[in-house]
Amino acid sequence: MESSRYLPEASLDAWLGELASSHELIVPRREGDAIVFGPYDPAVSPDISRDATAPPKSTVFPACEELMRYSSVKDADDPSRTLVRMEEVMPSGSRVVFGARPCGTRGFTVYDRVFDAPAMHDPYYVARRQNTLFVTLACSEAGSACFCHWVGSGPADASGSDVLLVPVKGGWLAEGVSDKGRELLDSPLLAPGDKYAGEAKAAKAKAMESLESAADLKPAPESLLAVFDDMEFWNRMSAKCISCGACTYLCPTCYCFNITDENKGMEGSRLRTWDNCMSFQFTLEASGHNPRPTKAHRLKNRVGHKFSYYPGLHGGAIACCGCGRCIKSCPAGVDIRQIVLAAMDRAKATSQGNTTGERA
Amino acid sequence: MQPLEDLKAAIKEALPGLDFVIGWESGWNPLLATPLFMYAPEDVDKLTWGPFNVNNPATYLSALKGKKVGVVVKGCDSRSVVQLLQEKLIRREDLTVFGMPCTGVVDATKIARKVGDLGMISGAKRTNGTLSVTTHEGSLDIPWEEAAADKCLSCQYPNAIISDHFKGDPLPPTLGRDPAAEQLAALEALAPAELFAHWKDAMDRCIRCYACRNACPMCVCRDHCIAQTRDPHWISQDDTVKEKLMFQMIHSLHLAGRCTECGECQRACPVDIPILALRRKLSSVVKNLFDYQAGVDPNAVPPLFTFQVEEAKINERGW
Repeated sequence: MESSRYLPEASLDAWLGELASSHELIVPRREGDAIVFGPYDPAVSPDISRDATAPPKSTVFPACEELMRYSSVKDADDPSRTLVRMEEVMPSGSRVVFGARPCGTRGFTVYDRVFDAPAMHDPYYVARRQNTLFVTLACSEAGSACFCHWVGSGPADASGSDVLLVPVKGGWLAEGVSDKGRELLDSPLLAPGDKYAGEAKAAKAKAMESLESAADLKPAPESLLAVFDDMEFWNRMSAKCISCGACTYLCPTCYCFNITDENKGMEGSRLRTWDNCMSFQFTLEASGHNPRPTKAHRLKNRVGHKFSYYPGLHGGAIACCGCGRCIKSCPAGVDIRQIVLAAMDRAKATSQGNTTGERA
Repeated sequence: MQPLEDLKAAIKEALPGLDFVIGWESGWNPLLATPLFMYAPEDVDKLTWGPFNVNNPATYLSALKGKKVGVVVKGCDSRSVVQLLQEKLIRREDLTVFGMPCTGVVDATKIARKVGDLGMISGAKRTNGTLSVTTHEGSLDIPWEEAAADKCLSCQYPNAIISDHFKGDPLPPTLGRDPAAEQLAALEALAPAELFAHWKDAMDRCIRCYACRNACPMCVCRDHCIAQTRDPHWISQDDTVKEKLMFQMIHSLHLAGRCTECGECQRACPVDIPILALRRKLSSVVKNLFDYQAGVDPNAVPPLFTFQVEEAKINERGW
């Protein structure tokens, strides 16, 4: 089994058909004016012309998943007692996600440290993660909202992927990243890839060059803690935020969830659904107290979590993949890059006894 | 551009008496300006005016109680201000309104259809009837009618309906096509099952972020929205199309007679669901029943603020 093979563009549909015969295949599809991940339909070509509007996160971390079903039943032996019957719903089956970009796939490495760690092992997440293979498409060119290189990634980052497709003349060089990924390349539709290695390497370098120089985020974790209580700063940073959750739900690294029981008569389901820190209800306590009462507190948490608290807990790893969806799809044009940079400037200026050092 | 300089001067003059003034500045992308909160004269220098100022700054107003605020508005934005005032959701004495004549704003979704990824746009400029967009592939000239927001093609209110400072010469209404009416007519022509299928299909990709709600200047329940309350439990956490459509129905009904059709709900939708049509339908019903159009007459009384035992156009006893 070779570690890299050539996939001619003309063979793409046939290869997808082959993948779909052995796996549940999920691809980016055009729906109206958006591109979202959904089941492969042989009659409709996947849209890989640009990065999808929504990332592939729902393939491993669904927007809504049933954790268990339950029902209340009378105890036949003692009718005064009610028993609860429960049935766990575990994910099963083998899936391939085709056509995500490296940033979207890398997002799962942020989840892995949380859901598949010694301290906490989430069986639902782990089952899906293990059952799902990613055939990722390296980017040829950076967009103006892209900043993957700020967070230690890049347009051809293979972390989190099983196969990385690099655009070369007439098709892609398919690089096997994991053992399972290499198995996917064992198809007669793919050709030997050796002679495309040089071209693929050049394509990766060219894509990297299309990114503007990266900001140094090393001071970010401490800077965000330093400005934690500076509510004037956060009020200004969040002024134009409308406190919706679009940024979080489109983020490949946001993993907060809610768990609710949805009753229907004597039976129901326990659901896990996406939740988001931009919502007032997210930290609303039963007493009525809310430790994050304003959008400034909430946006502070979102930025702080990604660039300070998470890195603090996970060996410096930033909980952001730099895909830029939170910027591109923000109805108010909030730019998380500006906020992190402004926090670093503010912290620096404050430590030097000057509080006018805002950048944004 | 003299009127913009005059506007900036007026804002700077008013600023000492205000907490801040809301306008627009250049955003992360040349096509998309972003809301600008001006606290000091140097902030005012960043103010832009033109076809990229799509956001409706009136969206922020109802959350700013107790502050003295200035707001720069396009004509359509001013309708939201008028409606908020009519509903007593903001206080006129706390508000200073700045305006300039507007010749229309872009619809980023329409432009994305032509150029693909908005992130690849490196330049955008409007000259008369054309929007020129630059990407790495070169420059693309888009006829204004294909680049503008639908509401701009037949805009009846290019000038602020109310303002304290208006700079530039007022413009006449725009007499172009009304694509919004065409879209509504096409939907109304569908059989109920087809119409339901249309909405089921469109709502399928909804991610329930509620950007449509939060971007809406008239959606003022915000943190207390029934979409997220557990008691009463109107909407399940289950992410079925049924639940998503239920929310849109509630949202639309809450806006009946109040929606100024600014289009922020649809513009804010990150997955481009064409939900404005639902609001437009309700607006047309209200117009027919109550002869009322939201936000166009500061002296009118909104239909939900009145009560008559018998409405002139609702034949209740005939049912």
